[in-house]
Amino acid sequence: MSDKKNSLFGELTKGIIKENPTLVMLLGMCPTLAVTTQAMNGIGMGLATTFVLLGSNIVISALRKVIPDKVRIPAFIVIIASFVTLIGFLLEGFVPSLYDSLGIYLTLITVNCIIFGRAEMFASKNNVIASSFDAIGMGIGFTLALFLMGSIREIIGAGQWMGMDIPVMHSNPMLLFIMPAGGFFTLGCIIAAVNKLKNKKPPQEITCGGCGGCPMAEKCGTKEADK
Amino acid sequence: MKTILAIMLSAMITDNFIVSKFMGICPFLGVSKKLGSATGMGIAVTFVMICATCVTYPIYHGLLVPNHIEYFKTVVFILVIALFVQLVENFLKKCVPALYKSLGVYLPLITTNCAVLGVTVLNIDNNYTFVQSLVNALFGGIGFALMLIIFSGVRKKLEYADIPETFKGVPATLIAASIVSVSFMGFSGLMS
Repeated sequence: MSDKKNSLFGELTKGIIKENPTLVMLLGMCPTLAVTTQAMNGIGMGLATTFVLLGSNIVISALRKVIPDKVRIPAFIVIIASFVTLIGFLLEGFVPSLYDSLGIYLTLITVNCIIFGRAEMFASKNNVIASSFDAIGMGIGFTLALFLMGSIREIIGAGQWMGMDIPVMHSNPMLLFIMPAGGFFTLGCIIAAVNKLKNKKPPQEITCGGCGGCPMAEKCGTKEADK
Repeated sequence: MKTILAIMLSAMITDNFIVSKFMGICPFLGVSKKLGSATGMGIAVTFVMICATCVTYPIYHGLLVPNHIEYFKTVVFILVIALFVQLVENFLKKCVPALYKSLGVYLPLITTNCAVLGVTVLNIDNNYTFVQSLVNALFGGIGFALMLIIFSGVRKKLEYADIPETFKGVPATLIAASIVSVSFMGFSGLMS
Protein backbone atom coordinates (compact mmCIF):
# COMPACT_ATOMS: atom_id res chain seq x y z
CA MET A 1 0.00 0.00 0.00
CA SER A 2 2.70 2.43 0.97
CA ASP A 3 4.52 1.45 -2.20
CA LYS A 4 1.53 2.40 -4.25
CA LYS A 5 1.22 5.70 -2.44
CA ASN A 6 4.89 6.38 -3.02
CA SER A 7 4.62 5.76 -6.72
CA LEU A 8 1.61 8.04 -7.02
CA PHE A 9 3.52 10.72 -5.13
CA GLY A 10 6.38 10.10 -7.55
CA GLU A 11 4.08 10.62 -10.53
CA LEU A 12 3.01 13.89 -8.99
CA THR A 13 6.45 15.27 -8.21
CA LYS A 14 8.43 14.08 -11.22
CA GLY A 15 6.76 16.63 -13.46
CA ILE A 16 7.62 19.51 -11.16
CA ILE A 17 11.39 19.20 -11.09
CA LYS A 18 13.02 16.09 -12.48
CA GLU A 19 11.03 15.90 -15.69
CA ASN A 20 9.82 19.48 -15.85
CA PRO A 21 8.13 19.59 -19.25
CA THR A 22 9.44 22.98 -20.33
CA LEU A 23 12.82 23.42 -18.73
CA VAL A 24 14.12 19.85 -18.81
CA MET A 25 12.19 18.08 -21.55
CA LEU A 26 11.90 21.24 -23.70
CA LEU A 27 8.29 20.66 -24.70
CA GLY A 28 5.68 23.30 -25.37
CA MET A 29 8.11 26.11 -26.17
CA CYS A 30 5.65 28.21 -28.15
CA PRO A 31 3.31 29.17 -25.28
CA THR A 32 6.31 29.41 -22.95
CA LEU A 33 7.76 32.17 -25.10
CA ALA A 34 4.59 33.81 -26.31
CA VAL A 35 2.41 34.53 -23.29
CA THR A 36 5.02 35.15 -20.62
CA THR A 37 5.25 38.92 -20.94
CA GLN A 38 3.49 39.06 -17.57
CA ALA A 39 3.65 36.70 -14.62
CA MET A 40 -0.14 36.65 -14.41
CA ASN A 41 -0.53 35.52 -18.03
CA GLY A 42 2.01 32.79 -17.37
CA ILE A 43 -0.07 31.46 -14.48
CA GLY A 44 -3.26 31.70 -16.50
CA MET A 45 -1.77 29.84 -19.43
CA GLY A 46 -0.26 27.26 -17.11
CA LEU A 47 -3.55 26.60 -15.35
CA ALA A 48 -5.49 26.45 -18.62
CA THR A 49 -2.99 23.92 -19.96
CA THR A 50 -3.17 21.95 -16.70
CA PHE A 51 -6.94 21.77 -17.03
CA VAL A 52 -6.73 20.47 -20.59
CA LEU A 53 -3.94 18.07 -19.64
CA LEU A 54 -5.90 16.70 -16.70
CA GLY A 55 -9.10 16.31 -18.70
CA SER A 56 -7.48 14.70 -21.70
CA ASN A 57 -5.28 12.41 -19.58
CA ILE A 58 -8.30 11.16 -17.62
CA VAL A 59 -10.46 10.58 -20.69
CA ILE A 60 -7.67 9.01 -22.72
CA SER A 61 -6.58 6.66 -19.95
CA ALA A 62 -10.22 5.70 -19.33
CA LEU A 63 -10.70 4.93 -23.01
CA ARG A 64 -7.26 3.45 -23.62
CA LYS A 65 -8.62 -0.06 -24.13
CA VAL A 66 -11.49 1.11 -26.34
CA ILE A 67 -9.55 3.27 -28.81
CA PRO A 68 -8.01 1.11 -31.57
CA ASP A 69 -4.30 1.61 -31.95
CA LYS A 70 -4.53 2.70 -35.58
CA VAL A 71 -6.80 5.68 -35.02
CA ARG A 72 -5.47 6.72 -31.65
CA ILE A 73 -3.81 9.90 -32.87
CA PRO A 74 -6.96 11.44 -34.43
CA ALA A 75 -8.90 10.25 -31.38
CA PHE A 76 -6.43 11.95 -29.01
CA ILE A 77 -6.55 15.13 -31.08
CA VAL A 78 -10.34 15.26 -30.91
CA ILE A 79 -10.36 14.71 -27.15
CA ILE A 80 -7.71 17.38 -26.59
CA ALA A 81 -9.40 19.88 -28.92
CA SER A 82 -12.72 19.37 -27.13
CA PHE A 83 -11.16 20.24 -23.79
CA VAL A 84 -9.49 23.28 -25.34
CA THR A 85 -12.88 24.47 -26.61
CA LEU A 86 -14.30 23.90 -23.13
CA ILE A 87 -11.60 25.91 -21.35
CA GLY A 88 -12.05 28.63 -23.98
CA PHE A 89 -15.71 28.92 -23.03
CA LEU A 90 -14.97 28.89 -19.31
CA LEU A 91 -12.34 31.61 -19.56
CA GLU A 92 -14.45 33.74 -21.88
CA GLY A 93 -17.34 33.54 -19.42
CA PHE A 94 -15.54 33.93 -16.11
CA VAL A 95 -12.15 35.58 -16.76
CA PRO A 96 -12.65 37.61 -19.95
CA SER A 97 -9.50 39.69 -19.36
CA LEU A 98 -7.31 36.59 -19.33
CA TYR A 99 -9.19 35.26 -22.36
CA ASP A 100 -8.30 38.43 -24.24
CA SER A 101 -4.66 38.48 -23.25
CA LEU A 102 -4.09 34.80 -24.11
CA GLY A 103 -5.87 35.25 -27.44
CA ILE A 104 -4.96 32.76 -30.11
CA TYR A 105 -2.53 30.91 -27.87
CA LEU A 106 -5.50 29.49 -26.00
CA THR A 107 -6.60 27.73 -29.18
CA LEU A 108 -3.06 26.61 -29.77
CA ILE A 109 -3.04 24.58 -26.54
CA THR A 110 -4.46 21.92 -28.86
CA VAL A 111 -1.10 21.48 -30.54
CA ASN A 112 0.99 21.83 -27.39
CA CYS A 113 3.39 18.89 -27.44
CA ILE A 114 3.22 18.51 -23.66
CA ILE A 115 -0.39 17.39 -23.81
CA PHE A 116 0.04 15.13 -26.80
CA GLY A 117 3.27 13.74 -25.41
CA ARG A 118 1.71 12.88 -22.04
CA ALA A 119 -1.29 11.31 -23.76
CA GLU A 120 0.95 9.14 -25.88
CA MET A 121 3.64 8.35 -23.32
CA PHE A 122 1.65 8.04 -20.14
CA ALA A 123 -2.14 8.18 -20.32
CA SER A 124 -2.43 5.54 -23.04
CA LYS A 125 -0.46 3.08 -20.91
CA ASN A 126 -1.56 3.79 -17.34
CA ASN A 127 -4.76 3.81 -15.29
CA VAL A 128 -6.93 6.82 -14.59
CA ILE A 129 -5.57 7.62 -11.13
CA ALA A 130 -1.91 7.49 -12.11
CA SER A 131 -2.67 9.51 -15.25
CA SER A 132 -4.44 12.24 -13.37
CA PHE A 133 -1.56 12.52 -10.88
CA ASP A 134 0.85 12.66 -13.79
CA ALA A 135 -1.23 15.41 -15.41
CA ILE A 136 -1.40 17.48 -12.24
CA GLY A 137 2.35 17.16 -11.68
CA MET A 138 3.22 18.07 -15.26
CA GLY A 139 0.71 20.92 -15.17
CA ILE A 140 2.22 22.35 -12.00
CA GLY A 141 5.70 22.04 -13.47
CA PHE A 142 4.61 23.85 -16.61
CA THR A 143 2.79 26.55 -14.63
CA LEU A 144 5.84 27.14 -12.41
CA ALA A 145 8.11 27.41 -15.43
CA LEU A 146 5.77 29.92 -17.07
CA PHE A 147 5.46 31.84 -13.82
CA LEU A 148 9.24 32.03 -13.51
CA MET A 149 9.61 33.21 -17.11
CA GLY A 150 6.79 35.69 -16.72
CA SER A 151 8.16 37.08 -13.47
CA ILE A 152 11.64 37.63 -14.85
CA ARG A 153 10.36 39.26 -18.02
CA GLU A 154 7.82 41.42 -16.24
CA ILE A 155 10.22 42.61 -13.52
CA ILE A 156 13.06 43.46 -15.90
CA GLY A 157 11.01 44.47 -18.91
CA ALA A 158 8.20 46.44 -17.34
CA GLY A 159 9.42 47.13 -13.80
CA GLN A 160 6.30 45.54 -12.38
CA TRP A 161 5.37 42.25 -10.78
CA MET A 162 1.80 41.00 -10.66
CA GLY A 163 0.68 44.58 -11.15
CA MET A 164 2.88 46.03 -8.39
CA ASP A 165 5.61 48.53 -9.21
CA ILE A 166 9.15 47.46 -8.41
CA PRO A 167 10.97 50.54 -6.97
CA VAL A 168 14.18 50.88 -8.97
CA MET A 169 13.24 48.84 -12.03
CA HIS A 170 10.07 50.78 -12.65
CA SER A 171 11.78 54.00 -13.68
CA ASN A 172 14.14 52.34 -16.15
CA PRO A 173 12.56 49.18 -17.55
CA MET A 174 14.48 47.25 -20.19
CA LEU A 175 11.75 47.09 -22.78
CA LEU A 176 13.62 44.46 -24.75
CA PHE A 177 12.64 41.83 -22.20
CA ILE A 178 8.95 42.02 -22.92
CA MET A 179 9.62 41.93 -26.63
CA PRO A 180 9.96 38.61 -28.48
CA ALA A 181 13.75 38.78 -28.40
CA GLY A 182 13.70 38.95 -24.62
CA GLY A 183 11.61 35.80 -24.50
CA PHE A 184 14.23 33.78 -26.35
CA PHE A 185 16.98 35.29 -24.23
CA THR A 186 15.28 34.64 -20.88
CA LEU A 187 14.40 31.06 -21.78
CA GLY A 188 17.95 30.43 -22.97
CA CYS A 189 19.37 31.72 -19.68
CA ILE A 190 16.89 29.74 -17.56
CA ILE A 191 17.64 26.50 -19.38
CA ALA A 192 21.36 27.17 -19.00
CA ALA A 193 20.82 27.72 -15.27
CA VAL A 194 18.86 24.48 -15.02
CA ASN A 195 21.70 22.67 -16.81
CA LYS A 196 24.17 24.13 -14.36
CA LEU A 197 22.03 23.05 -11.39
CA LYS A 198 21.65 19.58 -12.76
CA ASN A 199 25.42 19.64 -13.19
CA LYS A 200 25.12 17.18 -15.98
CA LYS A 201 25.70 17.14 -19.68
CA PRO A 202 23.51 19.66 -21.52
CA PRO A 203 20.33 18.17 -22.92
CA GLN A 204 20.53 16.49 -26.29
CA GLU A 205 20.11 18.72 -29.28
CA ILE A 206 16.61 18.55 -30.62
CA THR A 207 16.90 16.78 -33.91
CA CYS A 208 13.68 15.15 -34.90
CA GLY A 209 11.07 17.86 -35.28
CA GLY A 210 8.35 15.25 -34.77
CA CYS A 211 5.30 16.04 -32.75
CA GLY A 212 6.03 19.62 -33.64
CA GLY A 213 9.70 19.03 -33.04
CA CYS A 214 9.47 17.71 -29.51
CA PRO A 215 12.54 15.80 -28.47
CA MET A 216 10.48 13.02 -26.95
CA ALA A 217 8.64 12.16 -30.14
CA GLU A 218 10.81 9.16 -30.78
CA LYS A 219 10.06 7.73 -27.38
CA CYS A 220 6.41 8.62 -27.55
CA GLY A 221 6.02 6.66 -30.76
CA THR A 222 4.27 9.31 -32.82
CA LYS A 223 6.76 8.91 -35.59
CA GLU A 224 6.14 5.22 -36.03
CA ALA A 225 2.42 5.82 -35.95
CA ASP A 226 2.62 8.45 -38.62
CA LYS A 227 4.68 6.36 -40.97
CA MET B 1 -4.60 46.24 -53.02
CA LYS B 2 -3.08 48.27 -50.23
CA THR B 3 -4.40 45.91 -47.58
CA ILE B 4 -3.06 42.94 -49.53
CA LEU B 5 0.37 44.53 -49.55
CA ALA B 6 0.10 45.25 -45.84
CA ILE B 7 -0.87 41.64 -45.11
CA MET B 8 2.01 40.42 -47.25
CA LEU B 9 4.61 42.47 -45.47
CA SER B 10 3.31 41.87 -42.01
CA ALA B 11 2.90 38.12 -42.50
CA MET B 12 6.36 37.76 -43.97
CA ILE B 13 8.50 40.16 -41.98
CA THR B 14 7.10 42.31 -39.22
CA ASP B 15 4.75 39.74 -37.72
CA ASN B 16 6.91 36.80 -38.70
CA PHE B 17 5.48 33.57 -37.32
CA ILE B 18 8.66 32.55 -35.57
CA VAL B 19 10.31 35.67 -34.24
CA SER B 20 7.27 37.69 -33.36
CA LYS B 21 4.30 35.35 -32.98
CA PHE B 22 6.26 32.45 -31.50
CA MET B 23 4.46 29.82 -33.50
CA GLY B 24 6.36 26.82 -34.74
CA ILE B 25 9.27 27.20 -32.36
CA CYS B 26 9.73 23.45 -32.14
CA PRO B 27 10.49 22.84 -35.83
CA PHE B 28 12.46 26.08 -35.80
CA LEU B 29 14.80 24.68 -33.17
CA GLY B 30 14.55 21.13 -34.46
CA VAL B 31 15.23 21.25 -38.18
CA SER B 32 17.20 24.45 -38.61
CA LYS B 33 20.51 22.66 -38.22
CA LYS B 34 21.12 22.03 -41.90
CA LEU B 35 20.27 24.24 -44.85
CA GLY B 36 18.74 21.36 -46.78
CA SER B 37 16.31 20.25 -44.14
CA ALA B 38 15.47 23.86 -43.24
CA THR B 39 14.50 24.56 -46.84
CA GLY B 40 12.50 21.34 -47.09
CA MET B 41 10.60 22.02 -43.90
CA GLY B 42 9.97 25.63 -44.93
CA ILE B 43 8.50 24.62 -48.29
CA ALA B 44 6.43 21.83 -46.75
CA VAL B 45 4.99 24.19 -44.12
CA THR B 46 4.17 26.86 -46.72
CA PHE B 47 2.47 24.26 -48.88
CA VAL B 48 0.40 22.84 -46.03
CA MET B 49 -0.50 26.33 -44.78
CA ILE B 50 -1.95 27.32 -48.14
CA CYS B 51 -3.81 24.04 -48.56
CA ALA B 52 -5.13 24.14 -45.00
CA THR B 53 -6.40 27.68 -45.58
CA CYS B 54 -8.07 26.59 -48.83
CA VAL B 55 -9.88 23.83 -46.96
CA THR B 56 -10.70 25.40 -43.61
CA TYR B 57 -11.96 28.76 -44.92
CA PRO B 58 -14.88 27.25 -46.94
CA ILE B 59 -15.64 24.85 -44.10
CA TYR B 60 -15.84 27.67 -41.57
CA HIS B 61 -17.94 30.01 -43.69
CA GLY B 62 -19.99 27.37 -45.46
CA LEU B 63 -20.59 24.88 -42.70
CA LEU B 64 -19.93 26.26 -39.25
CA VAL B 65 -21.29 29.82 -39.58
CA PRO B 66 -24.68 28.90 -41.14
CA ASN B 67 -25.23 26.29 -38.44
CA HIS B 68 -24.09 28.63 -35.64
CA ILE B 69 -21.44 26.23 -34.40
CA GLU B 70 -18.43 28.52 -34.81
CA TYR B 71 -17.10 27.30 -31.49
CA PHE B 72 -16.34 23.93 -33.05
CA LYS B 73 -13.61 25.51 -35.14
CA THR B 74 -10.69 24.24 -33.04
CA VAL B 75 -11.87 20.63 -33.20
CA VAL B 76 -12.82 20.79 -36.86
CA PHE B 77 -9.70 22.64 -38.00
CA ILE B 78 -7.20 20.39 -36.30
CA LEU B 79 -8.98 17.30 -37.60
CA VAL B 80 -9.11 18.71 -41.11
CA ILE B 81 -5.42 19.57 -40.96
CA ALA B 82 -4.50 16.11 -39.66
CA LEU B 83 -6.59 14.37 -42.32
CA PHE B 84 -5.35 16.71 -44.99
CA VAL B 85 -1.70 16.17 -44.20
CA GLN B 86 -2.28 12.43 -44.38
CA LEU B 87 -4.05 12.84 -47.70
CA VAL B 88 -1.30 14.97 -49.20
CA GLU B 89 1.29 12.51 -48.02
CA ASN B 90 -0.46 9.57 -49.65
CA PHE B 91 -1.13 11.54 -52.82
CA LEU B 92 2.50 12.61 -53.16
CA LYS B 93 3.69 9.09 -52.44
CA LYS B 94 1.58 7.64 -55.25
CA CYS B 95 1.66 10.40 -57.85
CA VAL B 96 4.71 12.61 -57.39
CA PRO B 97 7.35 10.36 -55.83
CA ALA B 98 10.13 12.84 -56.53
CA LEU B 99 8.44 15.54 -54.48
CA TYR B 100 7.52 13.02 -51.82
CA LYS B 101 11.13 12.02 -51.49
CA SER B 102 12.19 15.56 -50.71
CA LEU B 103 9.21 16.73 -48.62
CA GLY B 104 7.75 13.46 -47.37
CA VAL B 105 9.61 13.20 -44.11
CA TYR B 106 8.48 16.63 -43.00
CA LEU B 107 4.79 16.19 -43.71
CA PRO B 108 3.76 14.06 -40.70
CA LEU B 109 5.56 16.45 -38.39
CA ILE B 110 3.50 19.38 -39.60
CA THR B 111 0.20 18.24 -38.12
CA THR B 112 1.31 19.35 -34.70
CA ASN B 113 3.01 22.52 -35.90
CA CYS B 114 1.21 25.38 -34.24
CA ALA B 115 1.95 27.75 -37.13
CA VAL B 116 -0.43 25.80 -39.39
CA LEU B 117 -3.35 25.75 -36.96
CA GLY B 118 -2.38 29.30 -36.03
CA VAL B 119 -2.64 30.67 -39.55
CA THR B 120 -6.07 29.14 -40.15
CA VAL B 121 -7.42 30.49 -36.87
CA LEU B 122 -5.82 33.92 -37.42
CA ASN B 123 -7.47 34.17 -40.84
CA ILE B 124 -10.85 33.67 -39.20
CA ASP B 125 -10.13 35.94 -36.22
CA ASN B 126 -8.96 38.80 -38.44
CA ASN B 127 -12.04 38.52 -40.67
CA TYR B 128 -9.93 38.15 -43.79
CA THR B 129 -11.57 37.47 -47.13
CA PHE B 130 -10.62 34.31 -48.97
CA VAL B 131 -7.99 36.06 -51.08
CA GLN B 132 -6.53 37.86 -48.07
CA SER B 133 -6.40 34.56 -46.19
CA LEU B 134 -4.51 32.93 -49.01
CA VAL B 135 -2.05 35.82 -49.16
CA ASN B 136 -1.59 35.65 -45.40
CA ALA B 137 -0.95 31.90 -45.55
CA LEU B 138 1.43 32.11 -48.51
CA PHE B 139 3.54 34.92 -47.12
CA GLY B 140 3.36 33.64 -43.57
CA GLY B 141 4.78 30.39 -44.91
CA ILE B 142 7.46 32.21 -46.88
CA GLY B 143 8.40 34.17 -43.77
CA PHE B 144 8.63 30.92 -41.85
CA ALA B 145 10.85 29.36 -44.49
CA LEU B 146 12.98 32.50 -44.65
CA MET B 147 13.54 32.40 -40.92
CA LEU B 148 14.49 28.71 -40.95
CA ILE B 149 16.96 29.29 -43.77
CA ILE B 150 18.53 32.35 -42.16
CA PHE B 151 18.80 30.57 -38.86
CA SER B 152 20.39 27.48 -40.37
CA GLY B 153 23.27 29.75 -41.36
CA VAL B 154 23.53 31.12 -37.84
CA ARG B 155 23.51 27.60 -36.40
CA LYS B 156 26.35 26.61 -38.70
CA LYS B 157 28.53 29.38 -37.27
CA LEU B 158 27.40 28.48 -33.78
CA GLU B 159 28.80 24.99 -34.17
CA TYR B 160 32.33 26.32 -34.34
CA ALA B 161 31.92 28.90 -31.62
CA ASP B 162 33.54 28.49 -28.25
CA ILE B 163 30.58 28.45 -25.88
CA PRO B 164 30.64 28.01 -22.09
CA GLU B 165 29.79 24.45 -21.08
CA THR B 166 26.40 25.24 -19.51
CA PHE B 167 25.23 27.21 -22.52
CA LYS B 168 26.05 24.52 -25.05
CA GLY B 169 23.15 23.18 -27.06
CA VAL B 170 19.69 24.58 -26.61
CA PRO B 171 20.51 27.67 -24.48
CA ALA B 172 23.02 28.98 -27.01
CA THR B 173 20.55 28.33 -29.83
CA LEU B 174 17.84 30.27 -28.00
CA ILE B 175 20.12 33.22 -27.35
CA ALA B 176 21.18 33.25 -31.00
CA ALA B 177 17.47 33.23 -31.89
CA SER B 178 16.98 36.22 -29.63
CA ILE B 179 19.66 38.17 -31.49
CA VAL B 180 18.09 37.26 -34.85
CA SER B 181 14.77 38.40 -33.44
CA VAL B 182 16.27 41.77 -32.50
CA SER B 183 17.42 42.23 -36.08
CA PHE B 184 13.89 41.51 -37.31
CA MET B 185 12.58 44.20 -34.97
CA GLY B 186 14.36 46.67 -37.21
CA PHE B 187 11.74 46.01 -39.88
CA SER B 188 8.88 47.13 -37.67
CA GLY B 189 9.12 50.64 -39.09
CA LEU B 190 8.05 49.26 -42.49
CA MET B 191 4.44 49.01 -41.43
CA SER B 192 3.82 52.52 -40.13
